Amino acid sequence: MVFGRSKRGDRPAPAEPVTLKILVAGGFGVGKTTLVGAVSEIRPLRTEEVLTEASRPVDSIAGVEAKSTTTVAMDFGRITINDGLVLYLFGTPGQDRFWFLWDELATGALGAVVLADTRRLENSFAAIDYFERRGIPFTVAVNCFDDAERYPVETVREALDLDGGIPVLLCDARQRESARDVLISVVEHAMHTAARAPADR
Amino acid sequence: MTDHWFDDAAGPVVRPYAMTRGRTRSGAEGAQLDLIALVVAEDLGAAEPEPGSAAGGGLPPHQEDKLLADHSLVPEHLDIVALCRRSPLSVADVAAELDLPVGVVRVLIGDLVEAELVRVTRPVPPAELPDESILREVINGLRAL
Ligand SMILES: Nc1nc2c(ncn2[C@@H]2O[C@H](COP(=O)(O)OP(=O)(O)OP(=O)(O)O)[C@@H](O)[C@H]2O)c(=O)[nH]1
Ligand SMILES: [Mg+2]
Repeated sequence: MVFGRSKRGDRPAPAEPVTLKILVAGGFGVGKTTLVGAVSEIRPLRTEEVLTEASRPVDSIAGVEAKSTTTVAMDFGRITINDGLVLYLFGTPGQDRFWFLWDELATGALGAVVLADTRRLENSFAAIDYFERRGIPFTVAVNCFDDAERYPVETVREALDLDGGIPVLLCDARQRESARDVLISVVEHAMHTAARAPADR
Repeated sequence: MTDHWFDDAAGPVVRPYAMTRGRTRSGAEGAQLDLIALVVAEDLGAAEPEPGSAAGGGLPPHQEDKLLADHSLVPEHLDIVALCRRSPLSVADVAAELDLPVGVVRVLIGDLVEAELVRVTRPVPPAELPDESILREVINGLRAL
């Protein structure tokens, strides 16, 4: 069986690195692409969807292959931690109609970043709900745009009605160190979450 | 009505499936392929590429010919094998590297698995990581960035 994990142990053979992924979500134009680009070598990743059921005529004949697809450019970043460990970042465009992409991306994700803009906090509600429902650990990072008013993180936490355990921090998505700190927060949070609720194995 | 799909974020409607002969879903395996699953080239039992040979990792010409003579493979299949012979790459890496849509790459990789030219490893779900040490390694690696 080609797809099984190695029979002997829990980890792939040493020649094959462990791969982990972190998702970068948030509303339209909140700085997702900027953040991924600040901290990793970013490349566009094209994904394509056969036009969805909803957009096909209701009477289309089931089983007929739809011939046209639309491509969506996702953000795709790779951070090689070392030979045995690679961290991947995935972001999607912020418009609501791209949510279908998340279902696939979310499976097996280590954690997520929800970027927020204090001028449009409500645009991050959907992402927060999504990761909460799926039990994916996430950090809320407030991207500090130059012309946005600064609020203390506790104010943001209250406005977003976040559980006290969820990290909230301010960031500048353009700055490598700042973007890096956001990712570190996600991994730390994922680690603590795992420690609190050990997965049944 | 598909006009709303044309914008900066979503490219034009395209037909990228010529090389997969119209298939948009690969066999049971291909459909399951996680974006961070690693594609590992099977050892073809051939000699290592000679040092200094063009495009390190490429297949030796005689092997390419042999594989293409079998008409089930297209050049993109060989590109994938060549890439993954250098080092195992994730499905997403392969797609980005070859600038092919993810769905196309999944189909092609599914073919290569069937042809036993590559195998794919399932990524370890975070919940199944043996202990914290890997996450500590990630944190330390990020701090060093
Ligand atoms: N001043 C300031 N500008 C930023 C910051 N982060 C991003 N920008 C700018 O905001 C704009 C949008 O950023 P993107 O990274 O493209 O946002 P996005 O979330 O990827 O957007 P979509 O993919 O369209 O949803 C760009 O012009 C960025 O240069 C920031 O921290 N401060
Ligand atoms: Mg973007």
